[in-house]
Amino acid sequence: MNLFAIVRVGIRSGLIVGIVAVFIVLIGMVQTFAKRYLTGDLTLSMVILLAFGLAAGALAARQVTKSSPHLGHKVLAAGISGLITGVMLAALLFVISQVSLRDVLVNATPEMVTALSLGLPLSSAALTLVGMTVATAVIAVLYGLAPPRLRRALLEGLMAVILVGLFWEAIIGLDVSRLVMKFLGVKAGKVLPLPGAIGLLVVVGLATYLLRARPHLNTTPTRPKSSSAWRYISLVLIAGALAALPFAVGLFWSQTLTTIGLFTLMGLGLNIVVGMAGLLDLGYVAFYAIGAYALALFSSPASSLGLGLPFWVALPIALIFAAISGILLGIPVLRLRGDYLAIVTLGFGEIIRVLALSDVLKPYIGGPQGIMETPPPYFFGIQLSDPRYLYYLILAACLVVVFISLRLNDSRIGRAWIAVREDEDVAQAMGINLVAAKLMAFAIGASFAGVGGAIFAARQGAIFPMDFTLFVSINVLCLIIIGGMGSIPGVITGAFFLIGLPEVLREVDEYRILAYGAGLVIMMLVRPEGLLPSARRRLELHETEAEEGVAYGTR
Amino acid sequence: MAVVSQEAQVRRAATMQLSFNRIVLWVVGLGVAVLVVWRIAGTAAQGLYGPDVWLMQTLNGLVQGSMYALVALGYTMVYGILLMINFAHGEIFMIGAMSGYFVLNGFHQSGFLATNPVPALLITFLVGMGVPPIVGVLLERIAYRPLRRAPRLVPLICAIGASFFLQQAVRLLFGIRTKVYPTVAVLSGAWTVSVGEREVRIQHMSVLIIVITIILMVALYLLVRKTKIGKAMRAVAEDKEAAALMGIDVDRVIMVTFAIGAILAGAAGVMWGLWYKQVIHTVGFIPGIKAFTSAVLGGIGNIPGAMMGGLFLGLVEAIAPTALDISTQLKDVISFGLLVIVLIFRPSGILGEVLTGKKA
Repeated sequence: MNLFAIVRVGIRSGLIVGIVAVFIVLIGMVQTFAKRYLTGDLTLSMVILLAFGLAAGALAARQVTKSSPHLGHKVLAAGISGLITGVMLAALLFVISQVSLRDVLVNATPEMVTALSLGLPLSSAALTLVGMTVATAVIAVLYGLAPPRLRRALLEGLMAVILVGLFWEAIIGLDVSRLVMKFLGVKAGKVLPLPGAIGLLVVVGLATYLLRARPHLNTTPTRPKSSSAWRYISLVLIAGALAALPFAVGLFWSQTLTTIGLFTLMGLGLNIVVGMAGLLDLGYVAFYAIGAYALALFSSPASSLGLGLPFWVALPIALIFAAISGILLGIPVLRLRGDYLAIVTLGFGEIIRVLALSDVLKPYIGGPQGIMETPPPYFFGIQLSDPRYLYYLILAACLVVVFISLRLNDSRIGRAWIAVREDEDVAQAMGINLVAAKLMAFAIGASFAGVGGAIFAARQGAIFPMDFTLFVSINVLCLIIIGGMGSIPGVITGAFFLIGLPEVLREVDEYRILAYGAGLVIMMLVRPEGLLPSARRRLELHETEAEEGVAYGTR
Repeated sequence: MAVVSQEAQVRRAATMQLSFNRIVLWVVGLGVAVLVVWRIAGTAAQGLYGPDVWLMQTLNGLVQGSMYALVALGYTMVYGILLMINFAHGEIFMIGAMSGYFVLNGFHQSGFLATNPVPALLITFLVGMGVPPIVGVLLERIAYRPLRRAPRLVPLICAIGASFFLQQAVRLLFGIRTKVYPTVAVLSGAWTVSVGEREVRIQHMSVLIIVITIILMVALYLLVRKTKIGKAMRAVAEDKEAAALMGIDVDRVIMVTFAIGAILAGAAGVMWGLWYKQVIHTVGFIPGIKAFTSAVLGGIGNIPGAMMGGLFLGLVEAIAPTALDISTQLKDVISFGLLVIVLIFRPSGILGEVLTGKKA
C-alpha cells in the first residue's frame, strides 16, 4: 500500500466522521449534554467529542488493516483522519462563533460555542479540538493493537464507568441505596466521584480480564444442551427479583417500570405478528387504543355508556374487543404482500386515530377530550392506583403473556406462523390453513395490546386520542427489532433499554425518535437478527448472507 | 394413489379458504359501494351545491393530485426497480419543501423576491429540486444498497427507520417551528370565470402548479422512453441480471432512479409550500402515504399509472367529502379506505401493475 493510498484512506474516513460529527453538533447534542456530568468534571459532551476522534482513528485504521499490517501506516492514516475531523469541528466552531446562523440552524447558539470550546478562548479552543481528535485517533489505533483480552477488559471497564456515571443520580435516588447510605452514614454527591470511577474501571476491568479467559466477541456462548431447564431456573430467579423490585426502587421508578411493562406487553404481542408470522403491522397502536377505549367505555361512569363496570369485568371485554378488531383488520389484508400490508396497517392506525379525534364519534368517545374517570383496578379491596401495586398487576400480565408466547413458540400454530413467514405458498402446500394462521396471529397480537391498553387506561385514569400516536407503534416495532425479532428475552431487554433509558436520561428524550430511526437502520445493516436473537432467526439471516451464489441484486 | 388424493385435498382446502375469503370480501365491497352510491344520490337530490362548487373542488383536486402524482412517481419507479417501498420518500418531499422555504424566505428578506420574482422563484425551484436528490442518493447508498439481497422485511424496516431519522434530523437542525412560505405577489392573483350566476376564482398559482407538473411529467416520459439511461432503467426493472450481463451499470441506474424520483418529489415539495404556505418537519408523512396510495391505485411500477393515480386521488379527496356530504376531517379516512379497497379488489391497480411474473 503506497503512501498516497494511505493518505487517501485517512482523508476519506476523516471526512465521513467529520460530517457525522458536524451533524451531531448541529442537532445540539453537545450543548444538551454539557450539563450531564459523568464523573468529576468530565461531562457527557466531552465524551462525545472524544468519541469523534476515536471513531475517526478506528475507521481509518480498520480500512488500512485490510491491505497493510504496518503500524506506521495505520498511525498515519488515523492521524490524518483525526486531523480532518478536528479541523472540521474547529471550522464549525469558528463559523458559528462569528456568524449568526440561528435563523436557519436553531441550535447554532452561543451555548453551542461554549460547549464546543470547552470554556477556552476561541483560538486555543480550535487548537485544542484539533489536537484532541488527532490524539484520540492515534489512541484508537493503539487500542486496536492491544491483545483482545486486555481490550475487552478495558472496554467493559469503561462501559461500567459510563453506565454508572450516567445513572448515578438514578442509582443514589433508589430507595434501597438510600437505606444503604443511611446505614453506612455516607452522603453521595450528585456526580460519581473521580476516585470511585477509577476504582470501578479497575475492578470491572480486572474482573473481566481474569474471568473471561477467552474473549468471544459476537459469538454465542456454547450452552449445554439442557438449556430449557436452565432457562426455567433463570426465569424463576428473575421473577423473584422482579417481585421485590418496586419497593427497592421507590415510587418514581415503579412508575417507569409500569411503563416498561406495558411496552413489554405490546412488544410481545407485536412479536407474534411481526416476529413469528412475519406480518409487518405498523398500525399496532390501534389495538392498544381499542383496548384502552373499550375499558374506559365500560368501566368509566363518565363515559357515554355510563356502565361503570369494575376493572376485572371490563378487562376481558377490552381483550375481546381488541381481538375482534384484530380479526376485522386481518380479513381484508389476508392476501396482501408484506410491504403492502405495512402501509395498509399504517393507514388503519391513522384511521383509528382520526376517527377518535373526529366529531363523528365525539358523542360516544369524547373526541379530543377523551374519556375521563376510568377507575383504578381493585384487588381484594386494595386499590391498585399506587404504581408500586399496579406494577404487580402489569408484572402478572407480562408473565402470563410470556408464558403464552413461550408455549406458542413451540406449538403447532407457532411452527405454522414461521412457515407462513418464510414462504406462504410452500406453507399452504404443506397443509397450513393460511387464513386461520394469519387471523390467529392478528387476534392474539391484538389481544395482548388490548390488555396493555386497558391497563394503561386504568393507570392513567383518563385517556385521550393523543396517547395513541404512530410513535407508539414505532416504539414497539423498534424495541422488538433491536431486541431481536421472534425472541422473547430480546423483547423484554428491548423494552428496558428503549423505554427505560429515556425515562432516566431526560435530555435523551429530544433525540429519542432520531435515535430510534438510526437504530432501525443500523440494526438492519449490521445485525438484522437483533441483539438477543432467537436461534432460528439468527440461522435464517446468516444463511441468506452465506448464499453468495445467488444472482446479482435479487432477493 | 394416496399421494394424489392428498394433493387434491390440499388444493380443495386451499380453494375453499380462498373462496370463503372472497365471498366475505365481495359482500363487504358491495356494501361499501351501495353506501357510497346512496350518499351521493342523497347529496345530489338535496342539490346543495351548484356547478361553481364542483368546478372549484375539481380544480383544487387537480392541484392536490399533481403533487401526489409527482411524489408517487418516485415510489413507483423505485418499486419497479427494487421491489421495495421507499418509505422515506415522503421525507424527501419534505426536504424539498424545506429547502425551498429557506431559499424563498432568504429572497423575501433581502427584498430580491419583490424586485425579481421570476428569477427568485426559478432559483427556489432549482434548489428545492437540487437538495432532495443528494439526500435520496445518499440514502440509497448508505441504507438500501447493502440490503438488496436481504429478506424482504429487512429493507422495509430500514426504510421506516430512515424515514424517522430524516424527519427528526430536519426537526433538530432547523427547529420545530412551522415555516411559513412568503407570499409571492406575482402568483397571488386570480382569474374569475363566471359559472351560471356565480363566479369561480382560478388562482394563478393553481395553473402554475398544474403546468409545471405537466412539463415535468412529459420530461420524465421522454427521459424514460427516448434516452439511453431511460432504456437502461427499463431494462433493469425488467431483469437486473440480464441487464448487468448486457453491460448496464445496475448500481448507477438505481442511483439515477432515486435521484429522478427525488427531483420530482422536491418539485412537489416546493409547490406544496407555495400552495399551502406552511411546512413543518412532519409535512411529508401523510402526503407520502397518499402518494403511495396513488402509486398503488395506478398499479405500482407503472409510470403513467402513478400520474393518473395521483390525479385521481387528488380529485377523490377534493370531491368526495362534498359528494358524500361528510366532514372534511374524514378526508384521510377516505383515501386510506380507498387504498384498502383497491388493494383488496384490484391489487394490480387501475392501469395494471408492471411486474414480470417472477416478481409478483
